[in-house]
Amino acid sequence: MTSPHLIYLLAGVAGILIVATIIGEVLRARIAPDGSNPVIENLNARIAAWWGMVVLLALAFLAGRAGVVVLFAVLSFAALREFLTLTSKARADHWALLGAFFIVLPLQYWLVAIEWYGLYSVLIPVYAFLLMPVVSALRGSPAGFLARVAESQWALMICIYCVSHVPALLSLHIPGYEGRNVILIAWLIFTVQLSDVMQYVWGKLVGRRPLAPSLSPSKTWEGLVGGVLTASAAGASLWWMTPFSLPQAAALALVVTLMGSFGGLVMSAIKRDKGIKDWGHLIAGHGGFLDRLDSVVFAAPIFFHLVRYGWSLT
Amino acid sequence: MDQPGIAPQDPPPPGRLRAFAAVIAGKAITLFARIVTAPRALWTGIEPVPAQRIYYANHTSNGDFVLIWTVLPAMLRRRTRPVAALDYWLARPLRAFIGRDVFRAVLIDRRPEQRVEDPVTLMVAALDQGDSLILFPEGLRNMGEAPLLPFKSGLYHLARQRPGVDLVPVWISNLNRIMPKGEVIPLPLICTLNFGAPLHLEPDEPKETFLARAEAALLALRQTGGTP
Repeated sequence: MTSPHLIYLLAGVAGILIVATIIGEVLRARIAPDGSNPVIENLNARIAAWWGMVVLLALAFLAGRAGVVVLFAVLSFAALREFLTLTSKARADHWALLGAFFIVLPLQYWLVAIEWYGLYSVLIPVYAFLLMPVVSALRGSPAGFLARVAESQWALMICIYCVSHVPALLSLHIPGYEGRNVILIAWLIFTVQLSDVMQYVWGKLVGRRPLAPSLSPSKTWEGLVGGVLTASAAGASLWWMTPFSLPQAAALALVVTLMGSFGGLVMSAIKRDKGIKDWGHLIAGHGGFLDRLDSVVFAAPIFFHLVRYGWSLT
Repeated sequence: MDQPGIAPQDPPPPGRLRAFAAVIAGKAITLFARIVTAPRALWTGIEPVPAQRIYYANHTSNGDFVLIWTVLPAMLRRRTRPVAALDYWLARPLRAFIGRDVFRAVLIDRRPEQRVEDPVTLMVAALDQGDSLILFPEGLRNMGEAPLLPFKSGLYHLARQRPGVDLVPVWISNLNRIMPKGEVIPLPLICTLNFGAPLHLEPDEPKETFLARAEAALLALRQTGGTP
């Protein structure tokens, strides 16, 4: 499963992180060596967490299909926990929600692992969608029923269904690209996450006009445009390790970075409505798993289906 | 429920193997609690430093004190003992091992007519050994819609008899949804524990006033917890 291209990409990311680490340390030494500047401390915490995330991803890539599927199943679990902590639910939903964690989630990833596209693409939108409300209804308690089942279904779609489309990229059969599908995952995550990082950087440097002040005070038009364009250019420049031509890679990079930005916006709206700033607390500097995954969640299924339609035999 | 033959505070023989098993079991329990609920401690009113304290919290589930115990730093955890019901914790040998050896619980008898030792006396004795306590002043698990049941008077008596000890309110959110009454399998949601500013008994403060103040301090933490 390892290919020289994957090593190049990981080495490139490590290089970026080394530069970022040096910049973070220099900023701290120059401006606030005692660690009193919260922006610099948050920046350094984010960079440190990035190291951890990249190492974890690299290990999963090296472990092959099983490693990637298990990693994203665990990420789904953490994301689902964060999401369902905030949704409306009643005692009557206990069994339905247990089913989401302990039946639907493992089943979805098992289907992805055995490449059963026909079932993993409908398990949550059809079977879970129809059966989970039945489990809740059988236990009574009609108060807020529609809101409860709708929010639960949203949690499953976002945290299990969409996330599982990242490892599902391994099941595409692209002629002439056999054994290298893991590059598709690495490319998608690199492009989308770079867009997030560059939106933050552009926003901090030249951000003026707020994008949606009622949703997220830190998002700006300058950040959005700068981040999407920078990351799209970076993604396009890696076309030679993908099955795409240069213009195709540029178009796909634009699509996934835009979807990623929309994902951040939609998830911000939910957070704002629920009265929280971050989804969780387990990734220092970033917040929760969903804070880091929101862009990938929105980009992965679209990317999967575009590549499946345009390049894959299955 | 009827265990008349057990002497509640008999210290177990301090065998090395038993002590080792207790340490391992303690680590396993905290790890399990972390995996199931990813508990998040918010120290909004006080720092997690070694000082003698009585942590008092809302009581919605049997997992309550395990969570407080889990999020305390290891150094504090070793000196912190939950106050728990004797009839529950001594009912089975494994429970008795966990209650007495792992948590070193101060076991009190909920049946006034049968008990040999007064609960407050036992708690004061634990404080006098230098230990901190975890206490649920509602007495019973809260199964209703009200956020908090009226406090029993134990907290007041402790505050009066050992006025130097910090009384720290701890609001535990979400645990009733992780493990609703009658359910066996916990739902792995995130649990938040909000540690508030410490209270002390004012000079000449009447019991009712003090208990009302302690209840209000705990309820106030519900609003500032971040996550609902």
